[in-house]
Amino acid sequence: MIRATTFGLLIGLLGLSFTASAVDPSDKLEDPIQNELYLAITKEVRCLVCQNQSIADSTAPLAADLRREIRRMVEEGQDETRIKNFLVERYGDFILYRPRFRSWNIVLWLGPVALMVVGFIALAMNIRRRKSLPIDEDAP
Amino acid sequence: MIPEFGHIALVIALCIAVLQSVLPMVGAQRGNVAWIATGRPLAHAQFLFLAISFGCLMAAFLQNDFSVEYVAKNSNTALPTMFKVAAVWGAHEGSLLLWSVTLGLWTSGVAVFSKSLPNAMVSRVLAVMGVIAVGFMLFILLTSNPFDRLFPAPFDGADLNPLLQDPALIIHPPMLYMGYVGFSVPFGFAIAAMLAGNLDQQWARWTRPWTATAWLFLTMGIALGSWWAYYELGWGGWWFWDPVENAAFMPWLVGTGLMHSLAVTEKRGLFKSWTLLMAIAAFSLSLLGTFLVRSGVLVSVHAFAADPARGLFILIFLGIVIGTSLTLYAYRASSLETQVGFTHFSRETFILLNSILLVIAAGVVLLGTLGPLVFGALDLGSVSVGPQYFELVFLFPMLPLLLAVGVGMHTAWRSANPRELFRRLRWPALGALVAGMFVPWLVFGSVSLLTALGVTIGLWTVIASLIDPAKKLRGKGPRITRSMVAMQLAHLGLGLTVLGITVTSAYTVVTDEGMKPGETVDIAGYTFRFEETLPVSGPNYEAIQGVFTVSRNGAELTQLRPEKRVYRVQTSPMTEAGIKAGWGRDLFIALGEQLGRGAWSVRIQYKPLIRFIWFGCIVMAIGGLVGISDPRYRQRARAKAAADGVTATA
Repeated sequence: MIRATTFGLLIGLLGLSFTASAVDPSDKLEDPIQNELYLAITKEVRCLVCQNQSIADSTAPLAADLRREIRRMVEEGQDETRIKNFLVERYGDFILYRPRFRSWNIVLWLGPVALMVVGFIALAMNIRRRKSLPIDEDAP
Repeated sequence: MIPEFGHIALVIALCIAVLQSVLPMVGAQRGNVAWIATGRPLAHAQFLFLAISFGCLMAAFLQNDFSVEYVAKNSNTALPTMFKVAAVWGAHEGSLLLWSVTLGLWTSGVAVFSKSLPNAMVSRVLAVMGVIAVGFMLFILLTSNPFDRLFPAPFDGADLNPLLQDPALIIHPPMLYMGYVGFSVPFGFAIAAMLAGNLDQQWARWTRPWTATAWLFLTMGIALGSWWAYYELGWGGWWFWDPVENAAFMPWLVGTGLMHSLAVTEKRGLFKSWTLLMAIAAFSLSLLGTFLVRSGVLVSVHAFAADPARGLFILIFLGIVIGTSLTLYAYRASSLETQVGFTHFSRETFILLNSILLVIAAGVVLLGTLGPLVFGALDLGSVSVGPQYFELVFLFPMLPLLLAVGVGMHTAWRSANPRELFRRLRWPALGALVAGMFVPWLVFGSVSLLTALGVTIGLWTVIASLIDPAKKLRGKGPRITRSMVAMQLAHLGLGLTVLGITVTSAYTVVTDEGMKPGETVDIAGYTFRFEETLPVSGPNYEAIQGVFTVSRNGAELTQLRPEKRVYRVQTSPMTEAGIKAGWGRDLFIALGEQLGRGAWSVRIQYKPLIRFIWFGCIVMAIGGLVGISDPRYRQRARAKAAADGVTATA
């Protein structure tokens, strides 16, 4: 118990709990395009029982199950959207590392855009104002 | 007895910090010379007692005093001595003590290296830093005392987390803390200046070298962390956009903006309130990072709710610090703006663009880091934000920023002539564009639009940084001052890092294979032959070592020996990668699981230009070092000291 708490704190300290990487050669798909898709999806799917780790990197049994499931769907020829929809339906938004554009998640996508817009307006206003002020030529 | 001494020393340091946050400040507000004069000695005394306290904790580790709970949880008799030292800051309580000692060191540093500043100003800065110190020491003593005893004492300790048993992790936390605690100095200067009500260009000149020092430590701290993650975590990633990394990255982004904005404030007397705001923001983000990492809120919002004492303390402290500074800012900063202008095409415009984009970049990271926490706390649903999100949105501010760096550094102050600048930069820019598009294609056989853009921007920044020094070497260019060298080096480093990131991300080759001894795998023109596995024994772990021979075109290059370690006390398996480092590429092997019948799963990687990522950071930090060494800061200091001496004697 004590060790578990300590480890929790250490996770807090460094935020990383990758004790070992998942290296599973049996996962590889024959078709290189399908393999690419499979890798991309598993990197984006969160391991639900780990501390901030994708199922591609996790050694947890649950992650292995999910990898197998995704591999099967890729082999069946299902596309990325369909596989992700399935995952979100089953596990909720938490499963995907790239939040989907819906409900409150929209804030996460519109926020950066809004920041950029506000930033550039502020920049433009400031420059306009400064242009009309005297440039003091003899300042240091 | 030693732990009790440490505890008492900490209590004394707290008392001194209380005095330090009151006496010099009241003295400065009332013009009481005697009270003002208490600032420096109190700062040194506070640091002294913190250092004693820290030394006592270290002694407890070196003596294997497992009656101290913190030592029992994080050390072991078999732990090598250098890791016992590192274990002092290996977990929550000790790392907070390190935070406080670091703050003490900075405070003491301000007291020593500010002889030329008006005493009232220095005493205000020291008092502000004293307030921060009080907050942190109270936090340690009330919620996280590293000197707490454990009864009965265990026979042996639970050992340090094996992930942290690494040389880079000995210096990574102190570097990182030197960096983000260091932003307390510009923060202190900002608050002091607002309290005093005089924000002249002098203020910016005092603050600049401190900011650059903190920044260069933070740069190195982040780079070290990234390097460690790369070789220690076992799968060759170098940045994960984990909240804990973001916690250090946000102050770095704003701190970088602050350095630039300070340059304008010092040189032209412009952007005063914006600079102040960034000084406040940089340190607030450091505190926020501490909150995120220390409160347990990252592990889960529910863990935070279950044991809220620590989190709540920092949250309240954070609220007080940020709230007070922003209130002060609202009262004092609006009337500051100098009525001086510049044209739309000038160095000022570019630096304003720079600091706005850096703040936006920090904002984007903040949004992605806090968003899920806020959603979770408000029951708006749970959402994950990971690399796939950050890598996309981070480009919004970063692409225009990186494009502008090379132009901005050649643009004249006040008003620049776009035609003349175009004439000067067109060939280098065209060269970067052509090379960026064709070189990756020639070397790696393919190139995507984003990769070409990244390489072009990286090369462009590198070339732009070298234009003036190259001219100088041919004896033609204008005089290059020390601060210009600093800027060129820092931007050169940035360009190298961008190149490294782009090329590594685009052209890394990874393969996971099941291999038996005697089998070979070919990737990226290299042949990896799995020779055998050997049992290896370390001081506190057992390991299986894989022996791999790497050859190219039949000629043997090197042998790599990745390990799979099991530490005796904390039995989780650790991957120790085998890496052949090189300027052009790294070869990387990690052992995975045993697959049976002598076969192992193995991850083999070819990572081109990955060293550029950290090498660029080192060059940036050297740039910072050159900037600090500018005699300008000391010349003025000497002149001021001389002038003070004259007034004193007269």
